Amino acid sequence: MGVRSFVAASAALSLGLLAFIPLSRGAEPQVYVIEINKLAFASAPAELHMNDIVEWRNSDIFRHTATASDSSFDVDLLPGAKGQTVLKRPGVIEYTCRFHPGMKGRLEVAP
Amino acid sequence: MFCNPRLLLAVTMSFAVSGAMAQAAAKPTDPQIAHIAYTAGQLDIAAAELALKTSQNKAVRDFAEEMVRDHTAVNKQALALLEKLKVKPQDNDTSKSLTEGAAKEREELSKLSGAAFDKAYAQNEVAYHQTVNGALATMLIPDAENGELKSLLETGLKLFKEHQQHAEHLVGQLK
Repeated sequence: MGVRSFVAASAALSLGLLAFIPLSRGAEPQVYVIEINKLAFASAPAELHMNDIVEWRNSDIFRHTATASDSSFDVDLLPGAKGQTVLKRPGVIEYTCRFHPGMKGRLEVAP
Repeated sequence: MFCNPRLLLAVTMSFAVSGAMAQAAAKPTDPQIAHIAYTAGQLDIAAAELALKTSQNKAVRDFAEEMVRDHTAVNKQALALLEKLKVKPQDNDTSKSLTEGAAKEREELSKLSGAAFDKAYAQNEVAYHQTVNGALATMLIPDAENGELKSLLETGLKLFKEHQQHAEHLVGQLK
């Protein structure tokens, strides 16, 4: 990375545009879909990294939420709706549906 | 544990409904099964509407709204399926007993207000869902002949189990 692009990257960082610049691992942030249907979350993708995006798609006939136990996200999803979560921190995040507590999942986010 | 009159009410209601389910031991037909499942949902909606009219507690109101929303959704799908299969739901003794039991329950609940109502409603929701879960798992699902009806009942069972768990959380919150 040259000096100019380093400065550009720093500026982008300071503007909070982290999700839109190439990461140190050299890959663009990926969008991964987690579908919700028949009162269950589909399996979470295994290869998640910081700044990747999880897109929740509610294909069920019921309203659901994707709610992180560490309060880092709480996405309300009417039937047929979708919503996105940007993974801002590495680590493990457990999530559930506020309405249907038996619905559970777990994201493992690598740096 | 039976010293608590509200819990006693919940347990009594549960037995009343169990008795109603037991009466249908002589293998119900698909139109009867559809009627029982639909009725079970409608009765829970009626209880929730009473809660929305009576309760000021946010957790109770959120739960009641969820009951209305989820059971309305599943019953709408049930009606669409019955129309597609050209099956007319048939009233039966189990549906009648369920309806009578729930009417008594609502009558008891309507005499209460405030925290007493909230607790009684939440405890009844646990007992009611437990009973309907039992009926779905041991009678309605195994006895249903049509595959699509069976599948919808399985979704219903999953939903009722989630609601039971949520109702148990609610009872814990109200202590």
